[in-house]
Amino acid sequence: MTINLYLWLIPLLPFAGFLINGIIGSRLPKPLVSTVALAFPLAAFAVVARAAQLVFSHSIALPYVENVAGSWITAGTLHIDFGLALDQLTLVMLLVITGVGFLIHIYSVGYMGHEEGYWRYFSYLNLFLFFMTILVLAENYLLMFVGWEGVGLASYLLIGFYFDRKSAAEAGRKAFVVNRIGDFGFLIGMFLLLAQFGTLSFSKIGYGLALNPAYHGRLLTATALCLVIGACGKSAQLPLYIWLPDAMEGPTPVSALIHAATMVTAGVYMMARTHGILDRSPIALAVVAIIGATTAIFAATIALVQTDIKRVLAYSTISQLGYMFLGCGVAAYSAAVFHLVTHAFFKALLFLAAGSVIHGLGGEQDMRKMGGLRKKLPVTFWCMTFGVIAIAGIWPFAGFFSKDAILYEAFQQGTFGKSLWFVGLVTALLTSFYMFRLWFLTFFGENRNTATNAEYHGAAVHARSDTKLVLEAEHAHAIHESPWSMLGPLVILAALSFIGGWMGIGEGLGPFGRFLAQAVGPLPSSVATESGSSLELPLSIVAVIVALIGLYIAYLFYGSKNDRAARLAAAAPGAHNLLEHKYWIDEIYTTVIVQPVMLISRYVLGWLGEGAIIRGSAWLLAGIATLFGELLRRWQSGNLRSYSAWLAAGAAAILFFTVVGVVMGIGGVDIRNVWMGH
Amino acid sequence: MHFDVVPDSWYLILSALLFTLGVVGFLIKRSLITVFMSIELMLNAVNLSFVTFAHEWHAVKGQIFVFFVMMVAAAEAAVGLAIIIAIFRARATLNVDQIDLMKL
Repeated sequence: MTINLYLWLIPLLPFAGFLINGIIGSRLPKPLVSTVALAFPLAAFAVVARAAQLVFSHSIALPYVENVAGSWITAGTLHIDFGLALDQLTLVMLLVITGVGFLIHIYSVGYMGHEEGYWRYFSYLNLFLFFMTILVLAENYLLMFVGWEGVGLASYLLIGFYFDRKSAAEAGRKAFVVNRIGDFGFLIGMFLLLAQFGTLSFSKIGYGLALNPAYHGRLLTATALCLVIGACGKSAQLPLYIWLPDAMEGPTPVSALIHAATMVTAGVYMMARTHGILDRSPIALAVVAIIGATTAIFAATIALVQTDIKRVLAYSTISQLGYMFLGCGVAAYSAAVFHLVTHAFFKALLFLAAGSVIHGLGGEQDMRKMGGLRKKLPVTFWCMTFGVIAIAGIWPFAGFFSKDAILYEAFQQGTFGKSLWFVGLVTALLTSFYMFRLWFLTFFGENRNTATNAEYHGAAVHARSDTKLVLEAEHAHAIHESPWSMLGPLVILAALSFIGGWMGIGEGLGPFGRFLAQAVGPLPSSVATESGSSLELPLSIVAVIVALIGLYIAYLFYGSKNDRAARLAAAAPGAHNLLEHKYWIDEIYTTVIVQPVMLISRYVLGWLGEGAIIRGSAWLLAGIATLFGELLRRWQSGNLRSYSAWLAAGAAAILFFTVVGVVMGIGGVDIRNVWMGH
Repeated sequence: MHFDVVPDSWYLILSALLFTLGVVGFLIKRSLITVFMSIELMLNAVNLSFVTFAHEWHAVKGQIFVFFVMMVAAAEAAVGLAIIIAIFRARATLNVDQIDLMKL
């Protein structure tokens, strides 16, 4: 029985939306733009849902491969197809991307309603879905790389959506350049794969690995590390995380979709996809685990003191991605992907709820100017509460199950793993603290926004709109709850943040883990021994207690009006300063890397390279040509007798050399022979 | 009969002399008419050597070629004189040094 899943439709439907809105969107009325922007992702989601239904009813065997456009590149022994493949991992990713993606599209209709360039925003958003689905559907590394670069492009365009704001344009550029560093590693990794396996197809590389069970370390380690560099760039891990906080310059739904739920998890997806190679290289695994754990705690400490609500969430995203890396690093790929999924739910929820708050306050992002919003934004408040509890890892919300699974797997890995577990646990404490800090600061206490009036209100978010009068009338009231097009997705995501983790209950991550294990291998703990399972409950209890401690500390500091936080900051000014300036990492990078590169570009490449060598050689060639032209110009006198004299001299010279040559016996043409020869 | 008494090389030497005269006249004379006459002289020098060689090797091709050359020379004389008249009408001079319009 052959069932066609029409996988090619999944990327192409959003692409059609991109084309329609991108080409004629500016001339279409707004409702039509929204319809196009929503219909195509919904159709893509429907195709994914049908595929999922067929898979879950066991009507189709995975992995399912579909070659859409025949051969792409054929050069010598290298052969690359335009192949799409569906396996358990891809299906999970697709459900998240198109599902959460569609919800965020709905949300955007409300959130971006007042913006200029409404059509542009949606065409970029659809373009992002196109590339992201290509990324996860690709059957080989090269096609995956196309999606990989494409989502980078979409991210760049959307971060710089408010391109007339200098900081946004710069943030977009920073994201792109930092990602290029990671992409370089990815490229080198692909070359190394080609050198070893002669192919970039996932299945063929897997087959090649299976043929050589003894093939370990060495070049595989190098390959894995190169790919990990790529993953670090895309997933904002140390040392390439710096672009993600700046990416918050984009519209908030973009932060939710691209910089929290989907694109930044591409690195985790790539490592899960590459697990065959990572498994063969203990060094690479250890590196991944260390990067993950370090990033998790590093970003969490920065998030402690941030005052911009979106920046807190951005550092929180980096920290949670660190957890996923930690999961990959202890070879618990399904746990990492599980956390990816639950994180997509609750972090998208948190960003969208934060967007709702920002929207309600007319563009205010500083938490110090919020407060007391619980009564004014009740739906947003409850949704945000679900998200905060989920990310803090309190039972029975989604974040608890996935974070706990990663920590548990880390704990099983000997002393090294136990230290990783400890770092993860401390991070969980910090996470709980900074998330509840955000919660208290935003929704409790009294409103600290002194400048709430109609004039100030709407200035930041709606500044670009040319229909100012209408907007002021519309926003004449103060803080307002968002429209239902925004609250609907929030409620759905809140429900998912609540129940989303339940599919991972049970031995080996429950149904979710068993399903995913077919694609990324079983959890190490479920393979090793059964003795560990008795530890699971105590560890979970410890994790929940830690989360509750975080809640309690946050309550102490921010739950009621007091100056404990200020006093603590004053007690340790060095530490507070360090955190507030994000460890001065941006400044260090600027001094150590960016400025030297700029200097080298300006002086060595600019002056010496371009100025002296390129421009100099061009001038030299032009000078030689001019000089000879000047000399030869005199020959061209226009004087008839001079021409004829040269003609005669030439004829005489030919005759002379012919005759003299023959007479002296040193060559030349004997005219006698020419005649006699006939 | 007398024709055979004179050796062929004399005719060739005469031809070379005539040709050289033509070249020199072409180069040193400033009047366009004289230059034109020098060209005719060169053509006839070549004709003479054609005939001489044809006689020496008993090849009729050389004789035929001479008729071609004479025919072309007649046509060339007609066209050339017409051009000379046109130039004189336009510039009121036949000094070749002043007719240098080919220079850019």
